[in-house]
Amino acid sequence: MIEHLPALMIAVPLFGAFIAPLFKKKQNIAAIWAILITAVTVGLSLLLMYQVRLNGVIVYVFGANKPTLVLPSGYKVPIRIMFEIDGIGAFMAISATLMSFIGALYSYSHVKAESGLEKYYALLLLLEVGILGMVLTGDLFNLFVFLEIAGIAGSALVGFRNYRGEASEAGIKYLIVSAVASLMVLFAIGILYGEYGNLNLAYISKQVSFNTLDMIAFGLLFTSFAMKCGSVPMHYWVPDAYTEVPAGINPVLLVSTYASLYALFRVSFTLFANISLSLTRIGWIMSVLGVLTMFIGVTMALVQKDVKRLMSYHAISQTGYMLLGVGVGLTVLSDPKALAEFGRTAMAGGIFHIINHIIYKSLLLMTAGALFYVTGTRNLNEMGGLARKMPITTLCFIVGAAAISGIPPFNGFASKFLIYESSYRLNPLLAVFAMVTSILTLASFVKVFASAFLGPPLEKFENAKEVPKPMIVAMVILALLCILFGLFPDIVLDKLVYPAVDALIKVAQYQTWGGLA
Amino acid sequence: MNGEVFVNFPFIIVALLLAIGFYTIGFKRNLIKVVIGIEILEGAVNLFLVALGYVKGGYAPIYTLAPQEAANPQNMVLPTPQALTLTSIVIGVAVSALMLAFAVNIYKHYGTLDVTKIRRLRG
Repeated sequence: MIEHLPALMIAVPLFGAFIAPLFKKKQNIAAIWAILITAVTVGLSLLLMYQVRLNGVIVYVFGANKPTLVLPSGYKVPIRIMFEIDGIGAFMAISATLMSFIGALYSYSHVKAESGLEKYYALLLLLEVGILGMVLTGDLFNLFVFLEIAGIAGSALVGFRNYRGEASEAGIKYLIVSAVASLMVLFAIGILYGEYGNLNLAYISKQVSFNTLDMIAFGLLFTSFAMKCGSVPMHYWVPDAYTEVPAGINPVLLVSTYASLYALFRVSFTLFANISLSLTRIGWIMSVLGVLTMFIGVTMALVQKDVKRLMSYHAISQTGYMLLGVGVGLTVLSDPKALAEFGRTAMAGGIFHIINHIIYKSLLLMTAGALFYVTGTRNLNEMGGLARKMPITTLCFIVGAAAISGIPPFNGFASKFLIYESSYRLNPLLAVFAMVTSILTLASFVKVFASAFLGPPLEKFENAKEVPKPMIVAMVILALLCILFGLFPDIVLDKLVYPAVDALIKVAQYQTWGGLA
Repeated sequence: MNGEVFVNFPFIIVALLLAIGFYTIGFKRNLIKVVIGIEILEGAVNLFLVALGYVKGGYAPIYTLAPQEAANPQNMVLPTPQALTLTSIVIGVAVSALMLAFAVNIYKHYGTLDVTKIRRLRG
C-alpha cells in the first residue's frame, strides 16, 4: 500500500474529479465530496513527505516494480513512465493539497448561489491533479500533459461565472498564454527527444551538454515556464485571471502558478544542471527578472481601485521574491564556498516564500472574496466602515496584510529576511530593491485597510453580516498558519524547506535512481 | 545536397508554420483567427514530433503479420513520438473547444470579436 503512495496522489483526486459531476441534483453533496477528497490528499501528501524524509528520493515506476527494465533489443535506457519525488516535489505537493482543501472548504458557502457547481468541484479536483502531476513526475512528457491539464482546468474555472463577459475575457487570455507556453514546452521536449531519444528527466540531465540545440531547448523551457508563473514581461494575464476567478479557487490557482515556478527551478537546476553550473549568467537572469517582477508588480498595485486586482498585482510582485531568492542560489551554484555561505540561505528564503506567499495571499484574496460576498462590489471607493460588521474578516485581513508586508512575527518576515540578508551578499542593490518593494506593499495595504474597513459605517451596508462559517474556518486556518510559520520558522525550515533546497542543489542524488548508464 | 534538402523538408515546413502561427496570434485582431493561429502552432509542433520519429527503412512496431526482415526488433522504430503526437492532438482538441466556447461567450456579452475592443479588464 505505502509503496503505491505516488500513484495514489494522482488517483485519489482524479477519481474524485470524475465522481463529482454525478452529484448534479444535490450540489451540496458535491461540495462535501470535494472537501472530503481534498482532505484525504492532504493526509497522503503529509505521508509522502514523511516517506521522502525517511527514505530519500522515491522512484515509482508505472507498470513495473523497478526502473531498470530495458528494451528487448538490449538498448539500455529508461523506457517507462515514472514519478520521481524528492524534497521539493513533496514540499510542493503539501502546498497544493493544503490549498485545494482550503479552497474547497471556502467554496462551500462562497459559490453556493451559483449553478453548475458539480462541474466547478470536478474542475477544482482536476486542477489539483494537474498540479500534483507536475510536481511529482520524473518524465518530461508527463510534465507537459499535467501542465495542460492544469492550464485547461484553471482557465475553465477562471471563466466559471459565464454570465459575466469579463470572466470569459480573462479565461481566454489565460488559456492563450498557457496554450502557447505549453506548446513551446512540447517543442523543446521534442528537441530533447530527437537528440537523446528519451524523455526521462534524470536520464537527459546526465546527457545534456553545451550545444546549440540544448541551449535552444533550455531557452524555450525557461521562457515558457517564466511566462506561466507570471514573471514580468508576460505578467498581464495574472491580474485578470486572479480577479475574475471565484475566490475559493484563488488558492489553487496560485499553487498552479507556482507549479510552473517549480518546473522552472527543476529545469534550471536539474535538467540543465550541466549548463547552469558553468554559466552564472542564468542565475543573474533569474535574479534580475525577479527584481523587475517585484518592482513593476508593486508599482502597478499602488494605483488599483479594485481590491482583488490590487492583490493580484501583489501576487506578481511576490513571485519576484521567489525568483530573486532562488536566482541568487543559482548564480553561486558552482562556487561551493559562496553557496554554503549565503546561496543556500537565499534559496531557502525563496522556497520558504513560496509556501508563505501561498498562505497569506490566499488569505488576503479570500478576505477580498468575503468583502465581495457581503457588499457585492470590489471597488474600494464604494466600501467603508466594515470593521465592526465583519470583525473576524478584519482580523484575518490584518494578519495577511502584516504578513505580506514582512512585519515580524508573521511568516512573510521569516522568508523575506532570509532573502534580504543573502541577496545583499551577492549585490547590495538587489536587497535594496527588495526592501523598497516591501515598504510599497505595506503602503498599498494600509490604503485597502483604511478604505474598506475603517471610516464611518455606510448606510447601504447596515445589514451587512459576517460571512458564513465555512468561509470563516478556511480564513482562520490560514491566519493561524501565518502566525505559526512566523513564530516557529526554524521548524518549518528544517522539516520542509531545507530538504527541498538540498533536493535542488544535489543533482547527483536525483540522477542515481536505477543505475542505468 | 538535394538529399539533404529532402531530409530536412519537414523541418523547414515546421519553421514556416511556427512563424505563421506566431504572426497570426500576434497581429490578427479577430479572436477566431487567434484561435486558428494557436491551432497552426499546434500543427507545427505535432509535425515536428512525427518528423522526428521517422527512421529511414524502419518498420512500424507491430508484430502481427510483420514481414520477415521486420521481425528482428532492431529494424522496428520506437513508437514514442507517435504516441506523443496522439496525446498532443487530443489535448489540442480540448484546448480549442474551450477557446471557442470562450469566444462564443465573449461575442454574446461584448457583441464583437475584435481583440482591441474586448478590453474591459484594464489597469
